[in-house]
Amino acid sequence: MRGGQLVGLGLIVLALCAPLLGVYPVFLMKLLCYAMFACAFNLLLGYSKMLSFGHAAFFGSAAYVTGWLVTTRGCGPSLGILGGIAAAALLGFCVGAIAVRRRGIYFAMITLALAQLVYFVCLQAPFTGGENGLQSIPRGRLFGIVDLDRDANMYYFVFAVFVAIYLLIRRIVTSPFGHVLQAIRENEPRAVSLGIAVDRYKLLAFVLSAAISGLAGALKALSLGFATLSDVSQATSGEVILMTLLGGSGTFLGPVVGAGVVVTLQEYLSDRVGAWVPVIVGAIFVVCVTVFRRGIAGEIESRYAVRKAPR
Amino acid sequence: MSTVFGVPLPAILGQLTLGLVNGSFYALLSLGLAVIFGLLGIVNFAHGAFYMLGAFAAYIGLQAFGMNYWAALVLAPLAVALLGVVVELLFLRRLYRLDPIYGLLLTFGIALIAEGIMRDRFGASGKSYPVPHLLQGVFDLGFMVLPIYRAWVVAASLTVCAVTWFLIERTRLGATLRAATENPRLLQAFGINVPLLVTATYGAGVGLAALAGVLAAPVVQVSPLMGSSLVIVVFAVVVIGGMGSIIGAIVTGLLLGLIEGLTKVVYPEASNIVVFVIMALVLIWRPAGLFGGE
Repeated sequence: MRGGQLVGLGLIVLALCAPLLGVYPVFLMKLLCYAMFACAFNLLLGYSKMLSFGHAAFFGSAAYVTGWLVTTRGCGPSLGILGGIAAAALLGFCVGAIAVRRRGIYFAMITLALAQLVYFVCLQAPFTGGENGLQSIPRGRLFGIVDLDRDANMYYFVFAVFVAIYLLIRRIVTSPFGHVLQAIRENEPRAVSLGIAVDRYKLLAFVLSAAISGLAGALKALSLGFATLSDVSQATSGEVILMTLLGGSGTFLGPVVGAGVVVTLQEYLSDRVGAWVPVIVGAIFVVCVTVFRRGIAGEIESRYAVRKAPR
Repeated sequence: MSTVFGVPLPAILGQLTLGLVNGSFYALLSLGLAVIFGLLGIVNFAHGAFYMLGAFAAYIGLQAFGMNYWAALVLAPLAVALLGVVVELLFLRRLYRLDPIYGLLLTFGIALIAEGIMRDRFGASGKSYPVPHLLQGVFDLGFMVLPIYRAWVVAASLTVCAVTWFLIERTRLGATLRAATENPRLLQAFGINVPLLVTATYGAGVGLAALAGVLAAPVVQVSPLMGSSLVIVVFAVVVIGGMGSIIGAIVTGLLLGLIEGLTKVVYPEASNIVVFVIMALVLIWRPAGLFGGE
């Protein structure tokens, strides 16, 4: 995988230089948060073939909890983020424990329904600000030292966390635990007959994914300064699926590429075509599913593999 | 005036009939989902969008051509069913040999496209559709007043459900359909055009959703987003009832509508989450759902 490493190195250099090249740092932070979210989602869809249709519940509830802790409880950013992760992991445990009882298509419908439950709770709960959401969440000082209100500081902080999480996910997938997950993905009945406690592995993967999604949501709340109902909505759950699918599920870089394309597209289109954004998103879905199932990174990887094969 | 738990009885009965009306929509929609899933193995996420399109077809028919309610009741589902046939031929056909999650994702995309286009054309606000002349007014039952239109919706939905059940379980066409669900290749070998059957089934299931949309048009606001949250509730209904049984889909739909109506009386804050809570409880108690297997 020399080529892959080269691409990765190039992306890191690009990301480090991006603010110096005059790219709007808040946009980059948003992109990185969604990329992290998509990587967490890919841990489920790509490596355990669990299609969660309600991942916005973890992303959004962590954004709310972090925002609430920082704004009204006077916590610093690190404590706020930890609180967000804890909330998402706990929620992930509850949703996962119910959802892993069913497989495939039912799993998708159950996560969708439970996420809708979370959405309505967020709509009515006293600390979420209802329709308005939480606004002007302060970023504060990291460990009391680094002033995150400076965009450059916040960006490099988000970037450092992103790289750590990306490496962590790589490590998880290549670990014995990750191999068990992939074995379950390939042939679940066989995994059961080998004595693997399938449901427990799936639940652990689900909680891990929820926690990382929570971290992404918490960072998003701090970077952009708000947490709203759209963070917990069905549309956000759909977006993260699209990012993963478009970039290539079951590849490491795919979700990052997919998030890059989707976030850029939205940023670019929302001023120009307005109401047509969902139509375009839907059309990309249709194209991805009918003719482009491997995604961008998956397609490149398979081309590379074909060229390498004759040797 | 008699009260139960401090709530006047007519108010309770009013909410219960409203619950029954919603339950009829759940029943019609989950019936269509179950029929489609049975033969195509696809969970049709676009079901809510087709329901919305049915309501809009009636609305547009009235605005543009002065088409009355009774004509819309027949023509709107036919038009939407035709659209469903096109979707099946163009897209769904390519996915039958793949993992069913691709079908879910594709129909999700189609729902987004349909809702986005309607939102661009008609805006996000709701449009009202008049109750037909013949069904205006109320029945005075003595202990409560029952709007005629609500009674009509429940009666019509139950009739359609019963006819569908009869078609599938008791006729030769239904027997062919069930055979195709069981073993499509064998049926094809007997000289039955299975792909045609599949296309027609998708059209029929989608038509049922559109029919629910026309029935709903006078009682809810016709808006591009009317189906997107409904379809999630219907999914929960389907998870609770299990998609294997037609009777299961109908009974669960009605029952959950009633429970939802009752919640509106007792504890209104929980009325839009009660179905999901029940789904979670059922899954903990009986992972396979109330009416059978995966």
